[in-house]
Amino acid sequence: MTTTVGSGTQESYLATFERIQATGAAQPQRLRDTRRAAMDRFMELGFPTRKWEEWRATPIDPVVGTRFRSPETFEVAAGELEGFDLGGPRAVVVNGRFAPELSRLGGLPEGVTVCGLAEAIERHPERVEAHLGRHASFESHPFVALNTALMEDGVFVHVARGVVVEDPIGVVFVGRPEAEPTMSFPRLLLVAEESSEIRLVEQWVTVGEGRYLTSPVTEIVGYANATVDHYKVERESDEALHLATVQVWQDRDSNVSSHSISWGGALVRNDVNAVLDGEGCEATLNGLYLAEGDQLVDNHMRVEHARPHCDSHELYKGILEGRARAVFNGRIFVHEGAQKTDAKQTNRNLLMSKDALVQSNPQLEIFADDVRCTHGSTVGQLDSEAVFYLRSRGIGEEAARSLLTYAFAADIVERIRVEPVRRDLEEFLFRRLPKGDIVRQAV
Amino acid sequence: MLEIKNLHVQVEGNEILKGVNLTVERGKVHAIMGPNGSGKSTLAQVLAGREEYEVTEGQVLFEGRDLLDMDPEVRAREGVFLAFQYPVEIPGVSNVYFLKAALNAIRKHRGEEEMDAMEFLAYVRAKMKVVEMDESLLNRPVNEGFSGGEKKRNEIFHMSVLDPRLAILDETDSGLDIDALKIVSSGVNSLLSDQRSFVLITHYQRLLNYIVPDHVHCLLDGRIVRSGGKELALELEEKGYGWLEESASAAPVGA
Repeated sequence: MTTTVGSGTQESYLATFERIQATGAAQPQRLRDTRRAAMDRFMELGFPTRKWEEWRATPIDPVVGTRFRSPETFEVAAGELEGFDLGGPRAVVVNGRFAPELSRLGGLPEGVTVCGLAEAIERHPERVEAHLGRHASFESHPFVALNTALMEDGVFVHVARGVVVEDPIGVVFVGRPEAEPTMSFPRLLLVAEESSEIRLVEQWVTVGEGRYLTSPVTEIVGYANATVDHYKVERESDEALHLATVQVWQDRDSNVSSHSISWGGALVRNDVNAVLDGEGCEATLNGLYLAEGDQLVDNHMRVEHARPHCDSHELYKGILEGRARAVFNGRIFVHEGAQKTDAKQTNRNLLMSKDALVQSNPQLEIFADDVRCTHGSTVGQLDSEAVFYLRSRGIGEEAARSLLTYAFAADIVERIRVEPVRRDLEEFLFRRLPKGDIVRQAV
Repeated sequence: MLEIKNLHVQVEGNEILKGVNLTVERGKVHAIMGPNGSGKSTLAQVLAGREEYEVTEGQVLFEGRDLLDMDPEVRAREGVFLAFQYPVEIPGVSNVYFLKAALNAIRKHRGEEEMDAMEFLAYVRAKMKVVEMDESLLNRPVNEGFSGGEKKRNEIFHMSVLDPRLAILDETDSGLDIDALKIVSSGVNSLLSDQRSFVLITHYQRLLNYIVPDHVHCLLDGRIVRSGGKELALELEEKGYGWLEESASAAPVGA
């Protein structure tokens, strides 16, 4: 078997799968069966092509055209992670494998479990099995299928009934590129039991140089009356390929928010799916994507209102420079009987260059008759009147444009309730925007 | 201070200003009146540097220097201020921090020390009293959700903070009730000085009951057709503009 860069045939993934099944012989049978079913499904589906409706605007040639190996490095120097520390408890995953020596999980409140997923499968098989792979469907999504078949590790977070976790939990997923392109399929499973509360921040980062593929799945399970505040910050290198799914399932009266902040990666695809499966749920999905050069960022949202009296709010904003491309595909699906649904979806895009491109496609599918659903999408440039207004007060043109660009992003920035995450994003914007020092003064 | 000579301006191919001549001396208040569409706002925007307006002929000197050659921000830093007829809402940019950045850009240009946050706050608080601005408007995004009157007051507040040498007020009085008008006028009056000149562009004579101009000009169809003292404003109020329309097609009367 060659390990050089070449075409990534489905068979090469199958070989990896067989190796994992062989080494994981002791794992629960149901999990082994699920993996097998997922692998079979991937072999049937194949890689998505431009002919697939959900992948029409997102060519994945760099993924299909590269032969990825399983990684061999699972450690980085602790100092490399300094910039990604939120100060509180943290779990670290390197190239898909949980790294206990880099994690800091002592002193968690009673009733809170945070550990490696492989360890959790071994130690609490029943708790993990009740959820793992049960929410993120691999029926029609080849990369969820691949993740389900090939996941070996990741992070398991469990909050017991009624427990409120005060400090945000940080999960740092480190890509550590090797000489040859590598692939990993980590999974994060977050289970918030009834009336519990947790805030969790995923940060996706790169230490080193080189191409690699990560295709993660995050499953968030919010039981009745639980509150989950989730953040996913994509800040990987410009060689990283990232094809991710965040799958949210909500029971009655739960409140889940998921914020996606994306500025890194060469090719980033985020599928965010929320199923509101009990009355009185609230789901908030916010996102900010910043792309330049040849970056491609694709956010595919699907919110499924399955029960009455649920609210969902989605606000995604994008700022595109250079030849960057963005895709936003938002679908709100209201089941028959999901009366009194209140769903709102907004996507706004700011094009900073003539060569940048956005495809925004909001969709509503409504099968109930007493609902309020709105969606809107805009693609535009900075308002020249606003630029002139700022300049007329003495602010230079570049600074005025930067200030307005920052202002465009500000309502997403302000919604971030984890201070270090918000600060990192602000700092990133001040660095990225021309005359950022003036913006820093003026906001 | 300001010399406008034979200024011709086009917008999208239509000639709006057709040879404006106007000289504003230091420390003087000039009012420009005229009906809708006469070119008043175009004149204001051109002086502030709006790029959508094309100057096809003529010259504007500010303190003897070519104003039209300067970028809008340079004009502001040199001391030109335009109070917008329709102030722009800028969500996400705080009124007070924006103003601090603007003031410091101007001070830097003048070779003065930049103000730090403490100094600036003290300075700004004093200015707020002048226009009876509520402190909450300081911390809100620029003009966002402000009422019409609050927006106009905010313009006068910006003006008093930025301390210009030439202030152009584009219909700052339009749409104000009498209380707001009094506040705006007293804000302007408090800034009158022999070092500062004003150009008040207005549609209504009423403003001039509160701010007394040294000169009044009537702009009609892109030209100043009549200039006089403050009594001209009353005459225009009384007789309308019709009686001047003949002279609009004749040679312009100098200021």
